[in-house]
Amino acid sequence: MIDDIDRALIVATQSGLPLVPRPYHALAEQLGLSADEVMRRLKTMLETGIIRRIGAVPNHYAIGWTANGMTVWDVADEQVDQLGERIGALDFVTHCYRRPRALPAWPYNLFAMVHGASRDECSAKATEIRSLLGDACRGQDILYSTRILKKTGLRIGS
Amino acid sequence: MLGAVDRKILAKLQGDFPICERPYAEAAEQIGISEDELLQRIEQLLADKVLTRFGPMFQIEEMGGAFVLAALAAPEARYDEVTALVNELPAVAHNYRREHALNMWFVLATETKDGIAEAIARIERDTGLAVYAFPKEREFFVEMKLEARL
Repeated sequence: MIDDIDRALIVATQSGLPLVPRPYHALAEQLGLSADEVMRRLKTMLETGIIRRIGAVPNHYAIGWTANGMTVWDVADEQVDQLGERIGALDFVTHCYRRPRALPAWPYNLFAMVHGASRDECSAKATEIRSLLGDACRGQDILYSTRILKKTGLRIGS
Repeated sequence: MLGAVDRKILAKLQGDFPICERPYAEAAEQIGISEDELLQRIEQLLADKVLTRFGPMFQIEEMGGAFVLAALAAPEARYDEVTALVNELPAVAHNYRREHALNMWFVLATETKDGIAEAIARIERDTGLAVYAFPKEREFFVEMKLEARL
């Protein structure tokens, strides 16, 4: 859990770190803290997983990954966790989750994101996933993204 | 087109940005450029929208909140209007158009678990469309680090 100071740090950094030589000192000044405290708290949040990582967040279209496919799979319930681990371990899968089905409209319970410079590249990756799933797979689809409508990330209120 | 230095920035700086007095200087040294050049390049990459952000990525579930993937089927004629209504909510962190009957897929990020239901109810009320929620039941892997290939 976080306290009010952590929360203020999140609000101050969720849209980005200050682009100045001493960004943590700038944050400290802005929040009325010492720079040591800012750095100590950020390190703790990194260790506990509240911060997943710190760095550049690219627009993957702009860096050449123009085909982005959400592959979705209807996998037998008793095998989905074991197979999900294997799909998630594939080096080209960037996210992999088990999610609830929404029947009848949505029969898929395993989601794996794949990326490529073309749709062919994505569908080749989907074929690889398909072969790993074997008989446990009862249906599949790939939903390509055609436009980023919003990508701001987390925004909590101050 | 990205140059060699920008590629290197993307390859090296998608994580592990240091927490120290002069983090840009430390990161710049690894890349082989000056602190000043790194700062200028990050600024330019943000301005060119090659980067959407430079800073910490938070995992809201670790602080008691929730992230939920959700989707809706927006009629083509109303697509832009529905996009505006959905994007208006600060809880909508990302939103993508996808090719499917469910043609709008967004991630809700809220500080409390109850915030998700509130956001969904608000979107359903504002748009008059059903929202399908796909909360993750299990996470197998997340490592969204893609190197530049341009």
